[in-house]
Amino acid sequence: MARGGRRLLSGVSLAVTRGTALSLHGRNGLGKTSLLRVLAGLLDPAEGRLIHDPEKTAYAGHGDAIKASLTVAEMLGFWADLYGAASIEPALLAFDLDAIAGRRGEALSAGQRRRCALARLALVNRPIWLLDEPTAALDQAGQAELCALLSGHLNAGGSALLVTHGAPPIDCPRLDLEAFRATPGEEAGAFAEALE
Amino acid sequence: MKALLIRDLRLALRSGGGFGLGLAFYLMVVVLTPFAIGPGRAGLTSVAPGILWLAALLAALLTLERLFALDAEDGSLEQLAMAMPLEAAVFAKALAHWLTSGAVLAALGPPLGVLLALPLEGALPLFWALLLGSPALSFIGAFGAALTVAVRRGGLLLSLLVLPLYVPTLIFGAEVARRGAQGLDYQAPLALLAALSLGCVAAMPFAAAAALRAGLR
Repeated sequence: MARGGRRLLSGVSLAVTRGTALSLHGRNGLGKTSLLRVLAGLLDPAEGRLIHDPEKTAYAGHGDAIKASLTVAEMLGFWADLYGAASIEPALLAFDLDAIAGRRGEALSAGQRRRCALARLALVNRPIWLLDEPTAALDQAGQAELCALLSGHLNAGGSALLVTHGAPPIDCPRLDLEAFRATPGEEAGAFAEALE
Repeated sequence: MKALLIRDLRLALRSGGGFGLGLAFYLMVVVLTPFAIGPGRAGLTSVAPGILWLAALLAALLTLERLFALDAEDGSLEQLAMAMPLEAAVFAKALAHWLTSGAVLAALGPPLGVLLALPLEGALPLFWALLLGSPALSFIGAFGAALTVAVRRGGLLLSLLVLPLYVPTLIFGAEVARRGAQGLDYQAPLALLAALSLGCVAAMPFAAAAALRAGLR
């Protein structure tokens, strides 16, 4: 996998079975976010292939996709329409957003923006969740809510890949990506990922 | 697609959106032109169709930069790319841009023509020219905005890319308005203008989506 003309990770091959989560670790700049973006179909791998269909993934990246002049309810309503969800109730419930549903994006704190962005996951009916540092800016209650949402998703047969620096919000195996760091000039290894 | 269209219309109309910006620009150019050129009717009448078109073109260009740049900055574009075909997203966004710029300017142009001593019989041709020509401005502009989305603050590059592509639209659009104002037959340039717009509406979403994909990568 290469980014900006630089080979970042090579030889990564991973599979996540239904109902389980995997937490990815590694130092800053190693390529964790780029790996998630490859899995989401937003980046092309330099080599190798994806076995899963990117259409089955939901990606929550660094960008919260919060619009300053729209209210929380309007934004969630938009994503619900886009993903074909019937109502925004599950999202409001999952992150306790009722109190700020009428508030505009510009008036939200960093944590509230994060909750709003993660609440979108409750509207997306896709089996594979790719979460990039989901707990950033979240308080204790927010982390508990994320944990509940994730467990619900896993119990329903979904799977998740998380990039975290601290403890992951739920108990799951960890994978340290340092082992896959591409050394300059190294002959490329195979790069394949599989998710079920 | 409808959801995205409604969201973009909302964003444009709310405070800080692009709607008022383009409109105010159009109004300013039209109001200030008589002061700059002088109040003589003959001089004004001869430049009126051209000024009304040029102002509409620049007003459309003014709000193009934000078409994809804002969504790319806050992560919405990635989410859109995952939720729907980018071609559809481009179409909805360009349509929203047209509805809040070209369509409104088409309605505003003829009444504002009075300020430039546009003859009364020229009002209807001007309306048709702006209505049928401005979709080309929005859709060509969407392609330019998609190409420059990876460039931070790519407004200058966008203008340089898009302006030459705007030339045919401007020529035929102003020609319709000029012929109308002089009481000549304007069917032929109007038909060419409409064809230009239809071609852009059909083709540009695909070109813009390809550019956006390249930009995301």
